[in-house]
Order: sequence, then C-alpha cells, then structure tokens
Amino acid sequence: MTTQTTQEPEQPALTGGGGGVRAERLFSLWTLATGLLVLAILALILITTTNEAWPVLRAGGFRFITERTWDPNPQTGDAVFGALSFMYGTAVSSLIALLIAVPISVGIALFLTELAPRRLGAPAVTIIDLLASVPSVVFGLWGVLVVAPALVHVYRWLNDVLGGIPLLGDVFGVPVGTGRSFMTAGVILAIMITPIITSISREVLSTVPQANKDAAYAVGATHWEMITGAVFPHSFAGLVGAVMLGLGRAMGETIAVALVIGGATAITPNIFAGGNTMAAIIVQQFGESTGLFTAALIGLGVVLFAMTIVVNLAARVVVNRAELRMRGAAG
Amino acid sequence: MTATVPPATRAAAGQPDLRRSALSLRRRTTNRVAMAAITLALVVAATPLFLVTWTVISRGLDVLSWQFLTEDIPNSYRRSGGGMAPAIVGTLVITGMAALLAIPLGVFGAIYLNEYGKRKPLARVIRTMADVMTGVPSIVMGLFIYVSFVVVVGAKTAFAGALALACLMLPIVIRSSEEMLRLVPGELREASLALGARQWRTILTVVLPAALSGIASGALLAIARAAGETAPIIATVGLTFSVNTGLFEGQNTALPAQIFRNASQPFAAAQGRAWGAALTLVAIVLIFTMLARVVVSRFAIKER
Repeated sequence: MTTQTTQEPEQPALTGGGGGVRAERLFSLWTLATGLLVLAILALILITTTNEAWPVLRAGGFRFITERTWDPNPQTGDAVFGALSFMYGTAVSSLIALLIAVPISVGIALFLTELAPRRLGAPAVTIIDLLASVPSVVFGLWGVLVVAPALVHVYRWLNDVLGGIPLLGDVFGVPVGTGRSFMTAGVILAIMITPIITSISREVLSTVPQANKDAAYAVGATHWEMITGAVFPHSFAGLVGAVMLGLGRAMGETIAVALVIGGATAITPNIFAGGNTMAAIIVQQFGESTGLFTAALIGLGVVLFAMTIVVNLAARVVVNRAELRMRGAAG
Repeated sequence: MTATVPPATRAAAGQPDLRRSALSLRRRTTNRVAMAAITLALVVAATPLFLVTWTVISRGLDVLSWQFLTEDIPNSYRRSGGGMAPAIVGTLVITGMAALLAIPLGVFGAIYLNEYGKRKPLARVIRTMADVMTGVPSIVMGLFIYVSFVVVVGAKTAFAGALALACLMLPIVIRSSEEMLRLVPGELREASLALGARQWRTILTVVLPAALSGIASGALLAIARAAGETAPIIATVGLTFSVNTGLFEGQNTALPAQIFRNASQPFAAAQGRAWGAALTLVAIVLIFTMLARVVVSRFAIKER
C-alpha cells in the first residue's frame, strides 16, 4: 500500500523498483537464519548440557540410569548418582496425572464439540484458557499449603478401607503426615495438563465428518452410541497424540511437583508416600550443588530432555498424521 | 447435534417405532449417564480454577499493601513485614528483556515459515521442531543457559534469566505469528507485488501491518507465560534482597522464585509473603492476558 505508486516514463523500469535485489536476498537470508535458530537452540541444548554432564555420565555409564541410590554427600567413599528413583517418580506421578486428566479432558472436549449450546461454549473455553494461564508455581503453592494437608485425610481413609487387601494395600499404603506424595503431585499435574489435552482433543474431535455422525444416528444410535461408534474410532489416533502431549508436559513440569512431592529418594509402590521426580530434584538441589554434583544434576536434565523430546516428537507425528488422514477422509 | 435421537414422526402401522420411549431402558440410561458425566467433566475442571483463584485472592489480600509492593525482601524467613519490590522489579526487567529478544526473532522466523519456506521440507522440519521446543521442560532451558552463558560469563545475572525465558517464548511466538500471517489474504501480497514492490517490502509494509494485532496478542500471551516461569529463574538469576534494575551486574530475583522459596517454609511470615507474591504475579499475568484480548477485539476489523 505504501510502496512506490506509479511510474510515469513510457517504459516502466520493472527491474529497478521495489528496493533492490541485494536487500531482497539479505532479508530472506535473515528470516531463514531466525527460522534455523530453533534447530540451533535444540542442538545446542543437547550438546552443551551433555558436555557439562559428561564426567558423571562417563564415570557412571549405564549405571547412571539403573542405579537407585542418589547420595551426593556420603559420609564415606565416593558420591553415588543414580537416576532410577527419580525416573520412577516421574513415571508414577505422570501416570496418576494421566489417569485423572484424560477422562476429564476428553469429556470437556466432547462437551464442547458435541453437547454445548453455543452460548455455553465460549465461557467453557475461557475457563480452560484461564486454567492454562495460572503459573505453575501458584498451583504448587496452593498444592503444598492447601491441597496436601486436605488430601491427607482422604489418604488416611483410603488406607483404612483398602490397606488390608493384599495388592491394593501396597498401592494405597500408609500416607505421609504432610500429604506431600506421588498422589498429590499427580493430582496437581492433572489440573495442569488438562488444558493442553483438552485443546488438542477438541481440534481432533472437530475433524470428525458430520456424515459419519449422521450415519450413526440414521441407524438408530443414541447420542452416546454415536460418540463411541462414530466419533471415537475416527479420532482415536489423534486422541492418543493429545494424551502423549499431556504426558510430555507432566514429565517436564518442575516447580509444582518439587513443592508437593515430598523430596524423598525412594522406589515404593505406595502412592501416598513421598518421592521425587527428575525435574523436581534438579530445581531443589541445584542451588547447593558444586562440581560433580552439579554435573550429575545436569545429567538428569539431559535424560529428561531426551525423554521429553522423544515423547513430544512422537506425539506431534501422531497428531499431524491423524489430522492429514482425517482431512482426507472428510474431503 | 442437539437432538438426542433423530426425531421420529409418527409410528404408523407396520413402521418401526422410532420414538425415544421405544429405546430399551439400558440404552437410555447409558446415554443419560454418559451425557451427565461429560457435562460433569467441565465442572470438575472448573472447580480447581475457582479454588485456586479464591485462595490466592483471599490469602494474598491479607498481605498485600503499599509497603508490600515497595519494600525490600527481609533476609530471614521468620521476620514479618518487608515487601516484594525487588522481585516485582526483577520480574518486569527479566520478562521485558526476554520479550525484546524473543518477539522480533520469533516474528522473523514466522515470516520465513509462512512467506518463504511454505511447504518446503526445511520449513516443515522447523515447524515440527518449534512445536517440539514448546514441550522442552523449562528447567532444561534453565540448565542450558546456565551451562552456555552463566558458566561462560561467570555470574548469575538478570540477562541470563532473560535469555532462558526468551528461549521458552521463541517457539510460542513463531507458531502464533505464523498462524496470524497465514490469515492475511493472498490478494494483498499480489496487489503489492503487482505495483512493483519486492517481496521484502511487501512483507514489511503490507503483510506485517495487516497481521499486527494478531501477532501482538500472541506475543502478549507468550509474555504472560514467561512471567510465570520459575525453574529457569532459579537456575540462572540467583538471589537478591534489594532492588536491582541492572541487567548485567549482580544477581536478581523474580516473583515466581520468591513464591517457590517461601512456599515450603513452616513460618507464617514466609507463607504470607508467598501468597502476596502469588497474588501480585497472577495480577501481572492477568493484565497481559486481558491486554491480549483487548488488542485482538479492538483491531480485529483490520484483519479482513
């Protein structure tokens, strides 16, 4: 709109106007460079952190991820760095979070795509957006000072009821007094990953062709039978991707978990006991660490980075492929 | 969509009975229960939001005062009084610097993806990796800047924190800006090119202004997200008890880091400060989120 307007001479100089070939080339190269920055940062993260953690990774080898002891300042002998307890904690707390968050998130997504009247849809989306905008440290603060002390009573009750049963008794064991446990971490994580699973699920569910739904109704399905018979089969792959993205978030969440999980180095089936995750231990101990200890914490970061990259990449591939396939089916 | 069962007209003789009452009790009950559960899911998700908001506001207001916003942080957890001014200043300085770094770079990256790269394999790789980068845990980003900047320079500074937050903001800005550039109609570009403007002038003077409100709103949301990040701040910024506006000299602090430090203390004074800091942080985040909405609604007309 603001560029050169008209050119008066009989022969318009079409090659000269518009700002020069060199400027064009410079500009396109500059934008390309900023685009490549993403790849450069990801590569640099891997290289620099691995390099810094190398002394520990080389000394420990595979024992770094198979050893369950984490003793940075032993009374005698060398420090022992084993990530297994924290990998276990990450897995357990993420699993609990998914078990709680997935049904709720898919439920909300179904509510928004299949049930909600239009004037209820917008406020519902706002609620989910607001839930996503609360900083994780605020959830952590609320979790450690309000939720954990409140949930202890529920844990005690569950332990009373189920504690005697052989296998369940181990899982629902004696709760710690503070309530800071795998379970509390799972509950807080579930709240935090609900928005992302909901928003991706909603995108996936909205690609189900109306024709499929109408066909289900036409053979006499109820609303719910239409959802299980037409919506779920069509969007299953995409929903799996959404759940994996949620898993990636849960694994990487640091601060809230660091506050509510209790900070114990332990592998126990008791979900009411304290534990720790990879992300949480880094932030808890980073301030007081030096030398090899710092390197070991950075090593935990490398393992965490690798795991989240794999999960996220797989999730994106699944979602993208599912969306492509669906668009093809819808067209 | 709204009707539970396709409306049956009339059960004429010999025709199958299509009315709702003809459904078996089991199918009707299953449907009712499932629909109720789906609606309940929204209530279940909304509950913690209201509980958090209510707790933060009620407990935060007990602490919040002019003194809280303007005084230095007491260097003992037990001592009451004092304020959060250094953390508020730190949050603004660090997040502001991060925005200055990440937003221009992110917008240019988006220009590459939408105007030059398009469906090229390289552009697709960058797009996917930007999505993956949004999933990198914030503590890993903090460790990365610690290793590649703090160790090299030899000091924890506000600028290091800004670098870490910028890395977290970059992929968000790229992806949201690209979405907005895609909304700009092709006719605008063609009109400008037909007038003889080169592509770079077309982009800078025609495409960018058209997408500006959307880009600004995405950037504001990215700022809101970054302001609440805690883990990278703890790894890269250090700690201070008095106001430090310098980016490069001396350690600094921020509201999220102060909430984290005070949250797990058994002392009432520390916990009170944590709630006050949480209310201040939520207010800052909310201001940016609201601003993003206003920017979109006020300037959205231009997009068409």
